[in-house]
Amino acid sequence: MKVKQISVFLENTTGRLAEVTKTIANAGINLRAISIADTADFGILRIIVDKPDEGMKVLKSTEFTAKLTDVIGIVLDDQPGGLNKVMEIFNRDGVNIEYLYSSLINEKGSVVIIFKVEDIDHGLKIVEKAGLEAIASF
Amino acid sequence: MIYNKQIEAMDITSMQKLQLERLKELVKRVYEKVPFYKQKFDEIGVKPEDIQSLSDISKLPFTTKDEMRGTYPYGLLSTPLDDIVEIHTSSGTTGTPVVAAYTENDRTLWSEVMARCLAMAGADKTDTIQNAYGYGLFTGGLGVHHGGGPVGATVIPISSGNTQKQLQYMQDFKSTILTCTPSYSLFMAEVASESGLDFRNFDLKAGIFGAEPWSDNMRVEIEKKLNLKAYDIYGLTEIIGPGVSCECQEQNGLHINEDFFYPEIIDAETGEVLPEGEKGELVFTTLSREGTPLIRYRTRDITWLFRDKCSCGRTTIKMHRLLGRNDDMLIIKGVNVFPSQIENILMKIENTEPHYQIIIDRESSQLDNVELQVEVEESFFSDETKDLETIRNRIHNEMKQQLGISLNIKLVEPKSIERSMGKAKRVIDKRDLPKAGNK
Repeated sequence: MKVKQISVFLENTTGRLAEVTKTIANAGINLRAISIADTADFGILRIIVDKPDEGMKVLKSTEFTAKLTDVIGIVLDDQPGGLNKVMEIFNRDGVNIEYLYSSLINEKGSVVIIFKVEDIDHGLKIVEKAGLEAIASF
Repeated sequence: MIYNKQIEAMDITSMQKLQLERLKELVKRVYEKVPFYKQKFDEIGVKPEDIQSLSDISKLPFTTKDEMRGTYPYGLLSTPLDDIVEIHTSSGTTGTPVVAAYTENDRTLWSEVMARCLAMAGADKTDTIQNAYGYGLFTGGLGVHHGGGPVGATVIPISSGNTQKQLQYMQDFKSTILTCTPSYSLFMAEVASESGLDFRNFDLKAGIFGAEPWSDNMRVEIEKKLNLKAYDIYGLTEIIGPGVSCECQEQNGLHINEDFFYPEIIDAETGEVLPEGEKGELVFTTLSREGTPLIRYRTRDITWLFRDKCSCGRTTIKMHRLLGRNDDMLIIKGVNVFPSQIENILMKIENTEPHYQIIIDRESSQLDNVELQVEVEESFFSDETKDLETIRNRIHNEMKQQLGISLNIKLVEPKSIERSMGKAKRVIDKRDLPKAGNK
């Protein structure tokens, strides 16, 4: 299953990230995963929340440039070699990773890693074929 | 030294007689040879024989830059193409250039007026002119070059750029006169100082600077940093290139070569001719041009005309240093840029109406530093940095290709560009430049 990620354009200025967290906090939306890609001039905040459509709505109404992207959240064993197992499969089957980051979920000895791959349908097929769990939502 | 005393120190009556003779001949020639002008004259019912005095010039129609574009490439020639020996162009908003074509006589005329200008700044055969204006379609480089010959000076056609080499040659060849844009001269000063060079050890005595607006404060800075006397020269491709007018030793107004370029100041709104001393839009008629002659060409430059008893002995009419322009054209790094050009390029890239702002600064590097801020729209926002960087590079490359200048592109958040009265302020010019006065 695909997971909806919200990405937000941020200028590298003080306080902008706080504006985002304030906006989603006020709307009672819970963060499940977070990462930032930064360049010299700007950053792209990527978040997974429990209510993505509502998250988008409140961010847009506060005039952030935001968009929804499909990503894959793979459940992994929280032990040595957990991530490596996925990487080996992706490598073998030619799944090209654009970026990845860890979620804030850590329960029952497993973690969820968020993957953005070039071809998400191909990636999901590989994940399912390998018997890995791709979560539907947080 | 006055290069052509007979003309430049002529009494006013004789000058006006000469101007009238040439004007009559010009009007007759364009009416007969240039369909564009015949049509314009016929539309308002004016005939060449209606011009009986200089003031009758106000009966003639104006020519605008847009109209010139409409005649691209050869619609303004008043001579057979065989007689054209040189062509220059100047860029514009729509991408269609404006063409200046020169016959052998035009080129001689250009050399003559440019020689007069060089002489105004004190040049003679003992001088070595380091010509750091760009050579090519831009009239700056070749214009100065053409004038060096008649004066008998040594011209180093180094063109613009390669600043280390400029400084090396300046010392090796003992250049006495520097010709370039004023901002480039300050950039040279900056590089020289970084390299531990002191202009007091150089042989430069004069700099002839033009092709972009510059303030009196900038003149003080240039004179101090480069240890020379800085002269303002004015010209535009449409009329001839550099050589239309230049300052003499007095540095008080630019003597216009009025035997060839008849100046008027008009009210930009009504088109009415204003008396000497009143501020308005500068208009030129090219009294002797054969290739691309112009009747009452509207320069969009704002200044005023005056005659004084100049200590240099020249009697030609003067124009005050430019006070600004009455349109939104920017001159960045010597290149003419209209905000609408930037808008068009952005629209092509984004497929949407762009929100942008241009911030021009000359403080830090002495060269024009231009930042183009573009708001990130949903249409091209991506969750991947490389996509945004690709867009940024594309904007940069398109601007460079189409405007000919390198801009720093900065992607900014939506609505971060200040809107006033619902409309964004497109240009923030932090340079210390002459500002446009009234229209």
